[in-house]
Amino acid sequence: MATYSTNEFRGGLKLLLDGDPCVIIENEFVKPGKGQAFNRVKLRNLKTGRVLEKTFKSGESVEAADVIDRDLQYLYTDGEYWYFMDPETFEQYQADANAMGDAVKWIKDQDICNVTLWNGQPIAVEAPNFVVLEITDTDPGLKGDTSGGGGKPATLETGAVVRVPLFVQIGEKIKVDTRSGEYVGRVKD
Amino acid sequence: MSRLTVRELLEERAGLLEGVRRFFRSRGVLEVDTPILSRAAGTDPALEPFVTSYQGPGEAKGLRLYLQTSPEFHMKRLLAAGSGDIFQVCHAFRQGERGARHNPEFTLLEWYRIGFDHQQLMIEVAELVNTLLGGSLPMERISWQVLFQRGFGWDPLEVDRETLAATARGHGLGGVELQERDQWLDLLMSHLLEPELGHGRLTFVHGYPASQASLARLCPEDPRLACRFELYLEGMELANGFHELADPDEQLARFEADNRRRRELGQEPLPIDHRLVEALRQGLPDCAGVALGLDRLLMLKLGAERLDDVLSFPLPEA
Repeated sequence: MATYSTNEFRGGLKLLLDGDPCVIIENEFVKPGKGQAFNRVKLRNLKTGRVLEKTFKSGESVEAADVIDRDLQYLYTDGEYWYFMDPETFEQYQADANAMGDAVKWIKDQDICNVTLWNGQPIAVEAPNFVVLEITDTDPGLKGDTSGGGGKPATLETGAVVRVPLFVQIGEKIKVDTRSGEYVGRVKD
Repeated sequence: MSRLTVRELLEERAGLLEGVRRFFRSRGVLEVDTPILSRAAGTDPALEPFVTSYQGPGEAKGLRLYLQTSPEFHMKRLLAAGSGDIFQVCHAFRQGERGARHNPEFTLLEWYRIGFDHQQLMIEVAELVNTLLGGSLPMERISWQVLFQRGFGWDPLEVDRETLAATARGHGLGGVELQERDQWLDLLMSHLLEPELGHGRLTFVHGYPASQASLARLCPEDPRLACRFELYLEGMELANGFHELADPDEQLARFEADNRRRRELGQEPLPIDHRLVEALRQGLPDCAGVALGLDRLLMLKLGAERLDDVLSFPLPEA
């Protein structure tokens, strides 16, 4: 079992806390002049995404989490699992809905995603920052309106719904920022 | 903190040192310069010294030496030898301490006033800090016991470990495993109380428990307490002072107790400064002394977020 001492703590280090893999965001050394030293650490739980704070007695050791990030290609879903492949080794991985999180709204087959693996299993999937998707449904707005004011909801081929300007029509492809879920612009083939 | 040029930062530090020297010259306190290397070390389990050795004429086999964690022992030997009121600006070294407010090598201002008790010294500390910061912050004194009572509703001199652990959990500090009452008290102090202290004023916490007396004498009125104080400003510990312990036997007993604790905690026991004990036996004048972190004071003066911002070369660059 690999462990890290508090002296090895730094941003990005992955620890196992209460059975969950966590990544250190911030590490602060706290010590009264004549007293016990502590490491006050801010972490993100890699399974839930929640940020937590935890204090360790300096000098303690904490179990390391076997966590790595990989760029994997999305293949398909059978409804229960989403399948990915390492484009170099051709090794396949299956992610459940929990690991997929918001990424399900944005990805299509062939997309390359950053996947966090814990003990070889996907626990978090990040969609590419920008995706290009086709509009499958939206109200037919006024053709001549290019002001962009107001906007309307549009359903994309993945099922995601984003607000688009009134002039954007069914069948068109648009670029979306997956981090904010916002329309960026139209894409011509 | 607005970004200072190297030159501006050096000028700020030089100005602080000049202010310190002017302050003490006007009060007849003599500047001294004592060795950083010593064959003895402070035994406090909370402070770990750097170790080195001298080899050469007189010491063919090598002499183990410790870098000072503070200049206290040498300065007290000067006091016992008849120095009168003294101050010193020096570097101190503490193993394992590095963070936003810590660098293993840092600058201390330490001074001793004969005939002062810790209450009188607090006033002088406030005067110095106001002089150096160019302000007139009000001074506030609060006893260590009242501080905890006000914060958590229990008496820190009576509280048991279960209550301490429950209080920590109740304030989001669950999961920390500590054995000793003082460690729990340190946890609550450093995480929950300290950040609230000294906002827009100089907050002196005094009357520490005897278990945290360090080198302070115990209060004659209440031996559960020590004549020790700490100064906090803007949520940061800035100075630590004592009405100095002058009893050589008690001093020796505390050194030995520290070393027993060090063994229990798996730390190396350290050589006791018998020269200091001998000096106390010759007679330490009744005095109070205090150490103040000058780098931290400079941080506050410049509004810096990190100690590194006010050091010429912090550890990674030294």
